[in-house]
Amino acid sequence: MSEEKQQVSRRQFLNYTLTGVGGFMAAGLLAPMLRMAIDPVLQPPSEGEFVNVGLAVEDITTTPQRVDWKIKQVDGWYESEPGRTAWVYKDDNGDIIALSPICTHLGCVVSWEGSEDHPNQFFCPCHDGRYTKDGVNVKGTPPLAPLPTFEQKVENGMLYLGKAIPRKGA
Amino acid sequence: MLQKIYDWIDERIDITPIWRDIADHEVPEHVNPAHHFSAFVYCFGGLTFFVVVIQILSGMFLTMYYVPDIENAWKSVYYLQTEVAHGQIVRGMHHWGASVVIVMLLLHTLRVFFQGAYKKPRELNWMVGVLIFFVMLGLGFTGYLLPWDNKAYFATQVGLEMAEQVPVIGGELKALLAGDEEIVGAQTLTRFFAIHVFFLPGALFALMAIHFVLIRRQGISGPL
Repeated sequence: MSEEKQQVSRRQFLNYTLTGVGGFMAAGLLAPMLRMAIDPVLQPPSEGEFVNVGLAVEDITTTPQRVDWKIKQVDGWYESEPGRTAWVYKDDNGDIIALSPICTHLGCVVSWEGSEDHPNQFFCPCHDGRYTKDGVNVKGTPPLAPLPTFEQKVENGMLYLGKAIPRKGA
Repeated sequence: MLQKIYDWIDERIDITPIWRDIADHEVPEHVNPAHHFSAFVYCFGGLTFFVVVIQILSGMFLTMYYVPDIENAWKSVYYLQTEVAHGQIVRGMHHWGASVVIVMLLLHTLRVFFQGAYKKPRELNWMVGVLIFFVMLGLGFTGYLLPWDNKAYFATQVGLEMAEQVPVIGGELKALLAGDEEIVGAQTLTRFFAIHVFFLPGALFALMAIHFVLIRRQGISGPL
């Protein structure tokens, strides 16, 4: 050992080395576990598949009608066919509108003219939330955003619906 | 920053003496491999504890994906193994660690035995150690069933038949373990899961606490 003052004492050096090696081991142990735990967060968003909902375009009227269909869902190791619902109608331009019935307030299910007091509106029974025919929330009722609209396409005269896309609050 | 947080807490509840009691004590020369390399035999207990920590951590993370149900147990393990990033590694750690724990435990026991470290006044700690050994074997036995594959199923079948050979209470013992007198099935799996992740770890923590408190009270046995 030289007589000069040491920059790093033997004790410090050992402390650093042990902390470093210990930290490296701890990180090596924890990294795979944490990576596994956060795996769902890092999954790419699922692509909505278009499903034939069993409704011919010519049968769509200007009055919203309820359409139920099933989608294929893979949830980890569990595969199922949960149902989906939409309210479908043609607007004044003849364009097809498919609205999700999930209330943007707290997720209850709305229905067209669900309340006798509010004709020509979507009504949510949970907190009296209301939406006009185009799905826009009525001011002064609980929902703060319009009903989501389904992605749609028409093939061979049949209506295909995909994912429900949320709309910005009005 | 960290120092400040520590000081803030220490000023109020005086944790330094507690910390000293737990961690800050000298390692006797005859136990320090830096002095005598053969002293590495004293590491096996600590290594057992280290692997147990790995088992606890990896086990906690595995339960994020595992389902203790006969319909889904195997599927969830398969999913975890093939679809989840690093799932294979984490289950691998738990799988291999289970064997390493037993090996380390045996080496530790051999060291204590051949050095005669179990003799008065340390008999109690030897007994606690033996209990820890049984708990570990129980953890191994119950954990083996959880993937619910053929090997797991038939190994458990055999294990349960061994339990049945116990005189007088054999039949009851088997039913208690399996949840049914004849079927090794749905109830067995949930039972083994509960034993594996709640009952035995609880017992293990209590026993390890006693084991370590006794070491601190009695100190490590002297040199040969």
